[in-house]
Amino acid sequence: MSSQTARSNLMALPAIAWLGLFMIVPCLIVFAYAFLTRGLYGGVEYTLTAENFLRVIDPLYAQIFLTSVRIAGLATLFAILIAYPAAYAICLAPKRLQPILLFFAVLPFWSNYLIRTYAWIVLLNREGLINNALRWFGYDGEPLSLLYSEGAVIVGLVYNYLPFVILAIYSSLSRLNGELIEASRDLGASRVRTFWRVTLPLTMPGVAAGGVFIFVLSIGNFVTPALLGGGRFQMIGNLVYDQFLTANDWPFGAALGMVLIAVMIALLLLQARASARFSGETAEARHG
Amino acid sequence: MADALLIKLTGRTILVLVFGFLYLPIAVLVLLSFNESGLPTSWSGFSLRWYVSLAGNSDILHAAWNTLVVAVVATLIATVLGTMLAIGMETRKRRSTPLEALAFSPMVIPDIVLAVALLTLFSRLNVTMGLHTIIISHVIFDLAFVCSVVRARLKNFDFSIVEASRDLGASSFTTFWRVTFPVLLPAIVAGALLAFTLSVDEFIIAFFTAGAGRASITLPMQIYSMIRFGVTPEINALATLVMGVSATVLLISQWLNKEQMTR
Repeated sequence: MSSQTARSNLMALPAIAWLGLFMIVPCLIVFAYAFLTRGLYGGVEYTLTAENFLRVIDPLYAQIFLTSVRIAGLATLFAILIAYPAAYAICLAPKRLQPILLFFAVLPFWSNYLIRTYAWIVLLNREGLINNALRWFGYDGEPLSLLYSEGAVIVGLVYNYLPFVILAIYSSLSRLNGELIEASRDLGASRVRTFWRVTLPLTMPGVAAGGVFIFVLSIGNFVTPALLGGGRFQMIGNLVYDQFLTANDWPFGAALGMVLIAVMIALLLLQARASARFSGETAEARHG
Repeated sequence: MADALLIKLTGRTILVLVFGFLYLPIAVLVLLSFNESGLPTSWSGFSLRWYVSLAGNSDILHAAWNTLVVAVVATLIATVLGTMLAIGMETRKRRSTPLEALAFSPMVIPDIVLAVALLTLFSRLNVTMGLHTIIISHVIFDLAFVCSVVRARLKNFDFSIVEASRDLGASSFTTFWRVTFPVLLPAIVAGALLAFTLSVDEFIIAFFTAGAGRASITLPMQIYSMIRFGVTPEINALATLVMGVSATVLLISQWLNKEQMTR
């Protein structure tokens, strides 16, 4: 090992130690817990079992799993449908404005998640702004119960994660080679056809990156279902929370956590493969 | 040409709609926090009374102090560790995939999983939980973000000036403090500010690693318990203050990052 490599490793060491001790080790412990038996008073007993994972596919919990997948899937779909045109519109803006627009699109993402969710309670509750506005426009029926519904949860997730999806799609749109679009147009393809056959396929890595991000964060979310779903919509995140803080079934909670990690790793790998394939195709398109 | 105009107009409309969607809910909250009556039903005049009532709420002041302690200490540790990690990773001859994955994972791991994992670790080790365990936990993701900001700067860094300094006889210690560090400083500060806001706003991990009781409650935990009891004018005022601080810190961070890119 050269002295330069040794020095580089030494610089990285404290952070590696910190992450190893406080991220890797705890995750390994949770992984081990997932195969242990629940103790009588909280705690765990050291009897190996696969029962915790079998419970995940028990109809009761499988239902919650499916609900989570559906809610996270819809949130992902809507976020992409909003973020793609938004990122495209930012790309159409004058070059010097683009960084500013992008910064302000992403700014809410870095601010307090709870507060951004709370803002929707203010808008959606029965005495909230939307119901008030309706009344002002002459609606005099029962106030609408907009809050505590699956729709509210989805709106909350889309709202909170949209900035990042815009960012991911923008970064692949802005790297798009303008010559390819021109070539397609010169060869007689319409704008619509050019979009479907050239622009969209080439920006799929950005869509995939943004999509995986919002899906993973949504499926493990427990704050939004608790606040906007009013506890009526249990998602995997809520289930994990319950096992650790109220039901005291840590092994089962650990198994659920591992399922979340498995979903995350699978999607990230899929996304990496898709990106590699797409960039491979782009390279071929350039050279071939 | 009509085509181009149409595209331009559509683009503008989309921008207005999307930015409306992103900022209107926040704007409503800010506006309501200055409403005398505190109700969304009617505007009864501009007032700071909800801010005054916040200042007299000892629970909130206590939580705000805890948050500040956690964010400052976690940021300091994370800035040192994250910067060192960034330098270590960028000066390597070959990219190390496991190291890349390790530095990336705190940013993508679902926070609920990290939260329960830390809770399990601390209770296994019989560590009494409190502000110190929140700090330890926050350093994990803080350092990853600092590292990624500093690495972006190092990617454009001209390492030949380091060689020049060494050739001219400066020790590696002198070279670091007189050459590398000043160039990196804006990125380090930008990363630190980002880490600070992340730490101030983080809820889930703090919630799981704060331990029992109210002693080490942080501002997001306080906000969460307030929200669960419904909409109150105090939350509006508190939310406005918290978002104001985050936005200001982020604007400074962005400005520093931009300065260094244009230099």
